[in-house]
Amino acid sequence: MATYSTNEFRGGLKLLLDGDPCTIIENEFVKPGKGQAFNRVKIRNLKTGRVLEKTFRSGETVEAADVIERDLQYLYSDGEFWHFMDNESFEQVQADANAMGDATNWIREQDVCMVTLWNGSPIAVEAPNFVTLEITETDPGLKGDTSGGGGKPATLETGAVVRVPLFIQTGEKIKVDTRTGDYVSRVKDD
Amino acid sequence: MRDRALDSDWRPGADLAALRARATLLADLRRHFADGGVLEVETPLACATAGTDPALQPLTARYRGPVYPDGTTLYLQTSPEFAMKRLLAAGSGPIYQICKAFRDGEAGRLHNPEFTILEWYRPGCDLPTLIDEVADVARLALGMPDLAARHNDYAALFAQHLDIDVFAADPESLRGYAVARHILGAEGMELDRDGWLDLLFSHLIQPALGADRLCFVTDYPASQAALARLNADGQTAARFELFYRGVELANGFHELSDADEQAARFEADNCARRAAGRPPIKVDRRVLAALQHGLPDCAGVAVGLDRLLMLRLGCRDIDAVMSFSLQRC
Repeated sequence: MATYSTNEFRGGLKLLLDGDPCTIIENEFVKPGKGQAFNRVKIRNLKTGRVLEKTFRSGETVEAADVIERDLQYLYSDGEFWHFMDNESFEQVQADANAMGDATNWIREQDVCMVTLWNGSPIAVEAPNFVTLEITETDPGLKGDTSGGGGKPATLETGAVVRVPLFIQTGEKIKVDTRTGDYVSRVKDD
Repeated sequence: MRDRALDSDWRPGADLAALRARATLLADLRRHFADGGVLEVETPLACATAGTDPALQPLTARYRGPVYPDGTTLYLQTSPEFAMKRLLAAGSGPIYQICKAFRDGEAGRLHNPEFTILEWYRPGCDLPTLIDEVADVARLALGMPDLAARHNDYAALFAQHLDIDVFAADPESLRGYAVARHILGAEGMELDRDGWLDLLFSHLIQPALGADRLCFVTDYPASQAALARLNADGQTAARFELFYRGVELANGFHELSDADEQAARFEADNCARRAAGRPPIKVDRRVLAALQHGLPDCAGVAVGLDRLLMLRLGCRDIDAVMSFSLQRC
C-alpha cells in the first residue's frame, strides 16, 4: 500500500480518503510558533466532485490513491457505457454515465478526452476544452443580423442545446467552449 | 524539452520593491533601538546546544577541528534566547538582535526553515510595558503609525468564541468541540491537550484576530508557558503573542529566571521529545549557570520580520519578501 507523508502534500496529489479517491487542490502548512503543526488541505473528491477541507497532523501518513489521467479516444456508446481506447496500448475501458458527467453533451466518436482512471477504471471524463459541432436544429434567424445580441437556442448533433447568435443557421458548424457551454464562433468548412 | 520553471528559478522571490522595503525596515529598527539606548548584539547561530521546546526542531550541522577534534553536532539556533539571556546575566543591560533562526520541517505560505527574527530584552520592564513597545515596533514596521491595539486573554477568547473552559476541558471534550465545529480530520486525530487547543485556536480563533488592529493575546495556559514565568494564579503564564490580520507575528515573555524551574522545564521538554520519538537535546548547562548567577528581572520578545514585511507589502507568500526561500536556494 503506497502512502504519502504530509511533507509530500502538494496540489494534484491523489489520496484515498474514506475509501474515495481525492485530489489535493491546495495544501496549507499551519503551525503556531510554540505549538503543534497541521496541514490544512483543500481536497476534491474525484468520484463526487465535492470539495472539502480536511486537517492532518503534520507528519501523518495517508494512503495514496492509484489515480492516473490519460488521453483516450472515444470509440462508441452502447447506451449504457461509453467506450474509450488508449491509442498506444490499444487497451479499452468503459465509462458509466456517472463518470461521463456532462462530457456526453460534447463528444463525438474519435474525439480524444482526458479520462481519470482509478484502479484502472474511469471515474471522470473531460471533453476537450473546445469542440466543433454541427447544428441540427435552430429557428431561422433574421438575415443580416450579425450583432450576436439576444441569441436563440440551437440543438447540436450531440443533442446538447446552446445559445447562438441569430444569424447562425441549421446545418452550420460552431465552436463551443465545453467548460462553460458557451458558443465561441462559427466554423467554415474548408 | 526545457523546463521553463527551471530556467527562471535563479531569480529572487522578492522584487526590488520588497528588497528595498526590507532594507528600510532594518535601518528603521536599528535607529529605533539605538535611539532607545538598546545595544545591538550578535550571538552564535551554530551552537553545541539548542532550545529544547518539543514543538521546534533545530537543523544540525557537523563541526570537526580544533576544540572538537573528534567532531560534534552544532545546532542551528531556533531562536537566540539562551545566548541573549547569558549576556543579560553578564550585565549587558537592554539588548536586541536581528538574526536568522532555523526550524527543521517548517515550510509553507507563512514559513521558511530559515527566517529573520528581531529579538529584544529589557531589564526591569514588565509585560504591559513591553507589549506597548512591541505595538510601536509593529506600527513602525507596518508603516501604520495610528494602528490601534487591543489585548485579549487566551482563556477569554476560547470562552467567547467557542464556549470552552481551557482549564477544565479534557482532550476528548476538545476533540468533541473540533468535530462539532466541522474540523474534518479531528475525529481520528491523536493529540494531547495543548495540541487540541492549538488545533481549535489556529482553525477557529486565529483567522479573525487582528482584522483591523493589533491583537495581543495574553496569559497563555501554564502548560504553554515555554520560557515565561507563571502568573500568581498558577494557571497562566506571563506570555503574550501578537496577531495582525490573522498572522502570528511575535511571542514575548516575562522571562523565567529561576534556574531550578528552568532545569525542570528542560527535563520535561526532553521527556516530551522522547515520547514523540524525537532525539532529546543536550541541556544548555551554561544558561542554567547564568540563571544561577542571576538573570535581571526582564521581559523579552521575538518578532518575525519576514511576516511583518508580508503584511506591509500585502504579500500572500513569504517567498515574495525573501531573496531566496527554500525552493530557490
